[in-house]
Amino acid sequence: MSEAVTLRIWRGDAEGGEFREYQTSTSEGEVILDVIHRIQAEQANDLAVRWNCKAGKCGSCSAEVDGKPCLLCMTRMDLFETDETITVAPLKAFPVSRDLVTDVSLNYELAKKVPPFNPVPPEPDGTYRMQQIDIERVQEFHKCIECFLCQNVCHVIRDHDDNKKHFAGPRLFIRVASLDMHPLDATDRKDLLADELGLGMCNITKCCTEVCPENIRITDNAIIPLKERVVSRRYDPVVWLGRKLRSRT
Amino acid sequence: MADFETHQYDVVVVGAGGAGLRAAIEASAEGARTALVCKSLLGKAHTVMAEGGIAAAMGNVYPEDNWKVHFRDTMRGGKMMNDWRMAQIHAQEAPERVHELERWGALFDRTDDGRILQRDFGGHRYARLAHVGDRTGLEMIRTLQNNAVHRGIDVFMECTITRLLTSEAGISGAFGYWRESGRFVAFSAPAVVLATGGIGKAFKVTSNSWEYTGDGHFLALTVGADLIDMEFVQFHPTGMVWPPSVRGILVTEGVRGDGGVLRNSLGDRFMFEYIPEMFRTETAETEEEADRWYTDKKNARRTPDLLPRDEVARAINSEVKAGRGSPHGGVFLDISSRRDADYIRRRLPSMYHQFKELADIDITTAPMEVGPTCHYMMGGVRVDPETQQSTVPGLFAAGEVAGGMHGANRLGGNSLSDLVVFGMLAGRHAAEHSTASGSPAPVPEEVLDGHAEEALAPFNEHGEENPYSIQNDLQECMSSLVGIIRTESEMLEALDRLKVFKERLARVHVEGHRQYNPGWHLALDLRSLLTVSECIARAALERQESRGAQTRDDFPTTDDQWGKRRVVIRQQDGEVVVSQEPLSEMPEELRQLVEEEG
Repeated sequence: MSEAVTLRIWRGDAEGGEFREYQTSTSEGEVILDVIHRIQAEQANDLAVRWNCKAGKCGSCSAEVDGKPCLLCMTRMDLFETDETITVAPLKAFPVSRDLVTDVSLNYELAKKVPPFNPVPPEPDGTYRMQQIDIERVQEFHKCIECFLCQNVCHVIRDHDDNKKHFAGPRLFIRVASLDMHPLDATDRKDLLADELGLGMCNITKCCTEVCPENIRITDNAIIPLKERVVSRRYDPVVWLGRKLRSRT
Repeated sequence: MADFETHQYDVVVVGAGGAGLRAAIEASAEGARTALVCKSLLGKAHTVMAEGGIAAAMGNVYPEDNWKVHFRDTMRGGKMMNDWRMAQIHAQEAPERVHELERWGALFDRTDDGRILQRDFGGHRYARLAHVGDRTGLEMIRTLQNNAVHRGIDVFMECTITRLLTSEAGISGAFGYWRESGRFVAFSAPAVVLATGGIGKAFKVTSNSWEYTGDGHFLALTVGADLIDMEFVQFHPTGMVWPPSVRGILVTEGVRGDGGVLRNSLGDRFMFEYIPEMFRTETAETEEEADRWYTDKKNARRTPDLLPRDEVARAINSEVKAGRGSPHGGVFLDISSRRDADYIRRRLPSMYHQFKELADIDITTAPMEVGPTCHYMMGGVRVDPETQQSTVPGLFAAGEVAGGMHGANRLGGNSLSDLVVFGMLAGRHAAEHSTASGSPAPVPEEVLDGHAEEALAPFNEHGEENPYSIQNDLQECMSSLVGIIRTESEMLEALDRLKVFKERLARVHVEGHRQYNPGWHLALDLRSLLTVSECIARAALERQESRGAQTRDDFPTTDDQWGKRRVVIRQQDGEVVVSQEPLSEMPEELRQLVEEEG
């Protein structure tokens, strides 16, 4: 039941590299990660690829297949024509470490900038009460598997390397939104969003939402509401005046 | 001398799943300079894949629930082989650890009155698992990860420990390599916490990822620590079976907790035929009673679909052998005919997604095909229940790599709680140990050079063995000869083959260079994997009875004498040595709890 298949896989490191062609086989129900593993086991033992769960739950195996960012473990082989050569490349927005593995450490560094969860005091019995309906939006953000595909496709990051210093990106906006909309959190992160995380640079093209394997509505449910919160803080004339006056004293 | 970087810490935690993260957080909170070292990126450890929930007797859904009932369920589920004190601490501390996760930002699903909702699971008398749909592990690991990030813990991501360092006083550090650069790194520390997880990659069909190669078991063994209960390997009854590429991927027990049932090819709910004596008084006898139980725990008994995992896995195995399996060699798990589509999508979103994307099955309209998959190692490093310290001073273990807590079979949901309960204890006591013992003596350079040389051996030009072929053959061997059903002759054959694999590993050859080279990483992981495989086979051979996860074709019944004995494994002169020891006696008041009828 197996069929022949040809993959062009990018091999190389930070210094440079090239696409190399591999011929192998694929059988019913396989995903592209299975085929890459077959190549790794039989033809290229040192082919570098990240993976863990192989079920779309850990977000390790992000890469670009025929130019489209995806999780290798959730991209089925039957999406492709059998005579078609499939091209697999590392994520474009991050520096290459080796082959399909990129250096995503920037995302972990950015996460340190976000002030941590800061809960209000609990009920007298030491626990909290929350209604399901009040936590569902934040639970949506908590589905994030940190695959960083949203970071990879975001034009602000992908096309302008310099922006990485001033722009946190969709993954981090989701993180801030999950804190800001958490029923128990008491910290205000709006100034941080505007001044340090570069929320204003997002021009809501929704590329992040389209690529999210967890179907989190990043733009509609996180970024736009955050922008509104910042706007109502910064440009509400009454609040603005209050801030001005406070800052002078 | 070889080129490597060195670091000094008070506590080094190896592994960054739930147990490692919780240990690091606690050690850091105690003031210890803490390093967290993990093979993958932070947040990708196996905890992220845990689905169903975290067991804690909070009594939010059933006020009748309390630690005593949880303790009883755990001991009975473990076929009384558990370290009773660990099971007691676990049941008592779990609720506080769950509330702590909430204080750190975790958002569990809620009851109508706004408290943490709890769901039914196998072997638990009451609905007890705090959960977030079917992605509880993700919630837990992210909560712990976010907490750890802000504590100044140094995280060494994609860094693999290959050796522990010791002096006469005990642990003095750890040695490893950066996966990305292939460069070596030596940690000097008076306390090391192993939180490396399990051994699933010894088997062909497994829910575990590439990381689970028994590293911690191996590391502990090589510095003289005891391993216990290594014969008890859990096969989760419900892994995916089709298509082949996803075989083994977990299907949460929550499917059955939320109303799903197992059926054979005749459409029968076969679990009613497999109720063991031990659970007869607490298990429903008819389908009508079983269905009523979901809403009326007082007047109906639990469905046999939710018997402990060892029982269900064996039953599925028997049905398939008897020719009543599904088309692809499993059985049917059906929730589509029992719950409405909205409910299924809300309660089991990632199962819905997983089957839809990977198997073209809509679980709201069709049954799933499932079969046993290697899931969890009950055995592991012997630890003191109060401190999690191993038999080697300064070496601690928590989570799956530690033995004792789960006895012969782990109940679903008891792993996530195990991670945070004992992770915290390990972190605290590692920090205390570190303060008491001060900086360790420096490790001689020639020792470190030796470890570096050993790690580089697979680049040897003279080798010819492909590491992937060795792993593949090992998995075949363990699955067919030391799997769910075991017998002496097959295990002896497995031990013979393991010797050959070790010889082949000595001749392994990897291509390329040291930079992010998975072939090399696997060659090094194979050392651990072959050693733990031998431990499993030797322990399983030693225990001449069937109990919990250990099913012997040649000794098909449980034996009261064996019920009082533990199999212990040590390394002496480089060889694995097996012995037996008596289990510690449970205090009378706990014994009474356990023996209470259901």
